[in-house]
Amino acid sequence: MASSCLTKSKTLIINNLKSNKLLTNHTSSIAHNVPLTSSSLPSSVRKFASSSRITPSVFFNRCFNSVYVGRRLHSATSVSNDAVQFPAEASFSQVLDYPGGKVTFTPKLTFTSGSTDERIPCYRLLNDNGQQVIDSDSIKIRKELAVKMYSDMVTLQVMDTIFYEAQRQGRISFYATTTGEEAINIASAAALNNNDFVFPQYREPGVLLWRGFTLQDFANQCFGNKYDNGKGRQMPIHYGSKKHNYFTIASTVATQIPHAVGAAYSLKMENQDSCVITYFGDGGSSTGDFHAALNFAAVMEVPVIFFCRNNGWAISTPINDQFRSDGIVVKGKAYGVPSIRVDGNDALAVYSAVHQARKMAIQEQTPVLIEAMTYRTGHHSTSDDSTKYRSIDEIEWWRDDQNPVKRFRKFIENKGWWSDETESEHRSNIRKQVSQAIQVAERIEKPPIADMFSDVYDVPPKNLVEQEAFVRKIIKKHANDYPSDVPM
Amino acid sequence: MSKQTYEEPYLNFSIFIKGDRHQVVVLTIRRLWSTSASSSHLAADRKVLKPLRVKGEKMWGFIRQEVGARGLSALVSGKYVQSLRPVAATMRHYSSATKEMTVRDALNSALDEEMAADPNVFIMGEEVGEYQGAYKISKGLLDKYGPERVVDTPITEAGFAGIGVGSAYHGLRPVIEFMTFNFSMQAIDHIINSAAKSNYMSAGQINVPIVFRGPNGPAAGVGAQHSQCYGAWYGAIPGLKVLVPYSSEDARGLLKAAIRDPDPVVFLENELLYGESFPVSAEALDSSFCLPIGKAKIEREGKDITITAFSKMVGYALKAAEILEKEGISAEVINLRSIRPLDRDTINASVRKTNRLVTVEEGFPQHGIGAEICASVVEDSFGYLDAPVERIAGADVPTPYAANLERSAFPQIEDIVRAAKRVCYRSVPMAATA
Repeated sequence: MASSCLTKSKTLIINNLKSNKLLTNHTSSIAHNVPLTSSSLPSSVRKFASSSRITPSVFFNRCFNSVYVGRRLHSATSVSNDAVQFPAEASFSQVLDYPGGKVTFTPKLTFTSGSTDERIPCYRLLNDNGQQVIDSDSIKIRKELAVKMYSDMVTLQVMDTIFYEAQRQGRISFYATTTGEEAINIASAAALNNNDFVFPQYREPGVLLWRGFTLQDFANQCFGNKYDNGKGRQMPIHYGSKKHNYFTIASTVATQIPHAVGAAYSLKMENQDSCVITYFGDGGSSTGDFHAALNFAAVMEVPVIFFCRNNGWAISTPINDQFRSDGIVVKGKAYGVPSIRVDGNDALAVYSAVHQARKMAIQEQTPVLIEAMTYRTGHHSTSDDSTKYRSIDEIEWWRDDQNPVKRFRKFIENKGWWSDETESEHRSNIRKQVSQAIQVAERIEKPPIADMFSDVYDVPPKNLVEQEAFVRKIIKKHANDYPSDVPM
Repeated sequence: MSKQTYEEPYLNFSIFIKGDRHQVVVLTIRRLWSTSASSSHLAADRKVLKPLRVKGEKMWGFIRQEVGARGLSALVSGKYVQSLRPVAATMRHYSSATKEMTVRDALNSALDEEMAADPNVFIMGEEVGEYQGAYKISKGLLDKYGPERVVDTPITEAGFAGIGVGSAYHGLRPVIEFMTFNFSMQAIDHIINSAAKSNYMSAGQINVPIVFRGPNGPAAGVGAQHSQCYGAWYGAIPGLKVLVPYSSEDARGLLKAAIRDPDPVVFLENELLYGESFPVSAEALDSSFCLPIGKAKIEREGKDITITAFSKMVGYALKAAEILEKEGISAEVINLRSIRPLDRDTINASVRKTNRLVTVEEGFPQHGIGAEICASVVEDSFGYLDAPVERIAGADVPTPYAANLERSAFPQIEDIVRAAKRVCYRSVPMAATA
């Protein structure tokens, strides 16, 4: 796609070079040569980036812009991020127009540093005591929204605790908590619309919770009973719901990232007012899929938010063994994707960042990368004991002092929107509901045999129809060999 | 003037024949089916039918179009028109020489027509756009449909396969091209775990109408990493459909069927067949033509021995059959067309008729397609076999480059002939090989 644009725009560049306009602002000179169908392009670079939404009629205009990807400054980034590293000296300011753009030469033999001496700063609004830092960038949050956010964070916390215990009691086979990442889960979901598509990893059930998946729905999936809308096909915590635009979780790490880009491409072709968001961890950013997806998303200019939960640990692999870059946020820059680092334990900051990212993604048809710094307070899953590879002090510090739920509670209590009474009432309410959901789910019967053979294909092929008939015959004939609570 | 009338449940068909030139066809649709979501690909003309006056050959395509336009799926209309075929034989009409078409053009025209019919279909792959396709299969499509629908990708099979699957999740119908299926190994996680299993794992909430296509198996002198056959690998996966066209008609019909299919399809072509020309019927040239998935074709009827083959080996098997004919052995050649679902019924019916079977493939022998066919025949038609099944496959070595070595590493026509004779006359078992 980009290559055809490159050919057309290259001719224009060459024409302009020939006409000796090297030193003038290229964008304005070329703008005069290209008949624009949209509103005229202002020459200032800031406005350049936020041009109109993609429609087929302005496609040529749009793809032409993409040649200058290196110079696009998106509305939220600051100019200082693109500070020139090699100041061109007056006597040596030679520039060559390579395929891919102009490059300035320098006589200085300097390598860019591989180490991270100066790290990208982290966007945060609430301090440890839940007090909001004076800031004009964040949006005002209404009481109803804040209270719903907080109560969903508590629900998530309680749900995690009780389901984890249920696994320990042998009632479900597996569970993974989101402890420590409640703010990421709920606040990011709150900043999206319900028709934005979500491609999760597996530590984002809070997004589904926010959108209306009930506690009973969660329990049904974990118990794999007949009311599971996944028909008992997958392990616990592999939720999915077409109704809630939440794509079914797959165990494969980071495969959802290129899927999200593909879905965003589909959205772009439909010209819809929605975006795609995909979540993954620090470990997921090492996979080939992550790199291919970010690269593609930038080239194809699709409305997708890459949300990385940098929680410090990929099972037992700490950050320093995972990568040596300044986290994941700098990787966005490498691919030409506008990025931000945000305090993942600050619900308000996460909400604000995702809200803005969504606007950028849709209006400018661009991918956005968000790295949320947080900590995985719980174990990787019920199959893990994280005290084996990290100190209990470290875990406790993050769990108590940096707890995102506590921090947001202080924020809403300061505003007078919450109190101790509402807290204990809400918690005991949720505890009862979760326990009840588990008890109910446990007693519901399992999916029928028919569900074993359906959905392999759109229409069941002959061999599966035969196999199902065969299985039924055998079960009927040797009923004693099969559990009696498995329906047909 | 004679009149022939045919009645089918959904339509009335009256053909008035005057002399040997003009036919008038009156088509009355008695009952309308509501268009299902999956037949959105149909050509649009919905005018009320008037008596048609058309030349013989075009008539079938026209009828198919009209029947299709009434909302019957192409497959159903195809069945009806095919059942009416005998009429064509009794009519004398203008018969121009049957058209010849290369496999390359067949694939190109199939892609073109499907993209024209459904705006959701798009092509993605390396070199498919500006370069007109690494093997020119997508020639002219970038100019016709634009860069949004013919997407040139960076070099990452895993990346663009994943992106294709993601776009299919959301409702587009991607056709992903692998330059050869050897490179699909980079993307095999997405093909199997993200595409094939998604409908099942999501309990029907996510279907993936994607096609993965490209050349498969050996070409000529491309070495070990460019010559492997993946039919057996993909043929083992529930949730996938695996198609292996041979002729141009196969290529057109199966690719169209694959693009319209709501399930993920792996479409294994052959580089050396791209340039080969085959005669195509007028029916196959029609834009709503498509072949059923899961049905094998009996390319040549015989009574002494069954030879199954797919892709390029069908041509070899047919030539072997001609040689065997001269030696008094009548071979029935089956073109598999579809590895998954495998048309066990056709194969078994043939073996029950001939009592002997030779399977031919270019892939590695262990766990190959021949092994599956052999097991199927042993399960269903053991009593009918007069001799053990013979499998002919590529040598159990990474493909060598030198021309003489490469030739020895893959089945040749003589190998098929010798195996057929062994199956016909053998009374002692072959010495066991490693």
